[in-house]
Amino acid sequence: MIRVLLPAHLRTLAGVSGEVMLEVGGAVTQRSVLDALEAKYPMLCGTIREHGTMRRRAFLRFFACGEDLSHGAPEALLPEAVGKGVEPFLVIAAVAGG
Amino acid sequence: MSKVRLLVGTRKGAFVMTSDGKREKWEITGPHFAGWEIYHMKGSPVDPNRLYASQSNGWSGQVIQRSDDGGATWVQTGNKFLYDGVPGTHQWYDGTPHPWEFKRVWHLEPSLSNVDEVYAGVEDAALFRSGDGGGSWEELSGLRGHGSGPHWQPGAGGMCLHTIILDPSDPARIFIAISSAGAFRSDDAGKTWKPINQGLRSEHIPDPKAEVGHCVHHIAMHPSRPGVLFMQKHWDVMRSDNAGDSWREVSGNLPTDFGFVIDVHAHEPETIFVVPIKSDSEHFPLDGRLRVYRSRSGGNEWEALTKGLPQKDCYVNVLRDAMAVDSLDECGVYFGTTGGQVYGSSDGGDSWTPIVRDLPAVLSVEVQTLSSGSPSGSQALASGSQTLASSLA
Repeated sequence: MIRVLLPAHLRTLAGVSGEVMLEVGGAVTQRSVLDALEAKYPMLCGTIREHGTMRRRAFLRFFACGEDLSHGAPEALLPEAVGKGVEPFLVIAAVAGG
Repeated sequence: MSKVRLLVGTRKGAFVMTSDGKREKWEITGPHFAGWEIYHMKGSPVDPNRLYASQSNGWSGQVIQRSDDGGATWVQTGNKFLYDGVPGTHQWYDGTPHPWEFKRVWHLEPSLSNVDEVYAGVEDAALFRSGDGGGSWEELSGLRGHGSGPHWQPGAGGMCLHTIILDPSDPARIFIAISSAGAFRSDDAGKTWKPINQGLRSEHIPDPKAEVGHCVHHIAMHPSRPGVLFMQKHWDVMRSDNAGDSWREVSGNLPTDFGFVIDVHAHEPETIFVVPIKSDSEHFPLDGRLRVYRSRSGGNEWEALTKGLPQKDCYVNVLRDAMAVDSLDECGVYFGTTGGQVYGSSDGGDSWTPIVRDLPAVLSVEVQTLSSGSPSGSQALASGSQTLASSLA
């Protein structure tokens, strides 16, 4: 199982608390994880990746295993620890000042 | 007994406020969608329990919510706003071409006849329609395809389509307004459009009388006289008596004719309300005094309404979609401020009372006038003025 941690406002939208657990068939990539996430929680479509272009929304980032994977290719393999469920795939919202 | 329901969108969530016809005591629920910007909420004139809400934030973009029980519960609907075909470009602030990019929904306008039909005015400026209760959206691309689209430019708040007015006497006629392109009208249900800006004069653009390029802030119409439109422009309060074909200024004795909101009394089509704001660089009331101005003559002659409003040290703004009127016998008038206050008047503006004082900045206010006689628990009464449209410009 792949572990995904969403930012608070997306956990509210999806109606979940804590980490989300996903089954991902085949290669574990940014794209396959997000495809599986949106398939399980369709209310998240368009909120992490833009409709149409499927680009990462500018103020969200993808972290895992202490690395910023935001600019990685969508089809690049994620770290092995993510694929094995040892480490979560983190969707992080940019900090906002006040 | 009749009652009223206020739908208040703020920077950090939505609030629903209800009161009986006396409008003295209010029950407030919320924040709904806490932490999200709610640019606009509006109820269907066909079934007032059907509400639509525009929910967005900078991180995760746009979400549309729908309620079928007057705001007690909500269901997320479709958020796929894709421009028709190749979007093309409009002008950027520096005059260079800039690709059309969807950012958010500023205004939702439910159909006057079909509970599942709703229009969305979006940034970058375009008009979308849903025929399935917000589940899916299609662009009415004739607006951007009108020809002037590549020349439109954003205002400081973005290039937003913030006003949508549906003509109750002609289902094919739609009015919209864009900051800062101007006002447009369709007479064929949104297929084709014409700019309706003749008579507007904007000194901040190269040709002050240009066909497009005017920063229209808000337009209001009384449903009994759909050919008469009132406009709060960036500067100037304007009036049209021929469905926008031409406009004349009715700022008259206003202390400043800059502002965002404008609305029409529910029972007196010549009585209109504005909230003058000091200037385009100082978005707060003149002299720190929050005053609504009312004209009973369709403009030109204005009186200040101050009773119950702060008359010193007040430096809030009132954004373009943040005023509404109910249609009870004694017309209620409501407006929200960027300071988080929502004020109400149950006597047509003569006196004001804060309904709530400490909300997040208010982006929009709509009101529904309800009767308690229908099986669903509420039924719309004749609506007051239609206001179209939400500033940050």
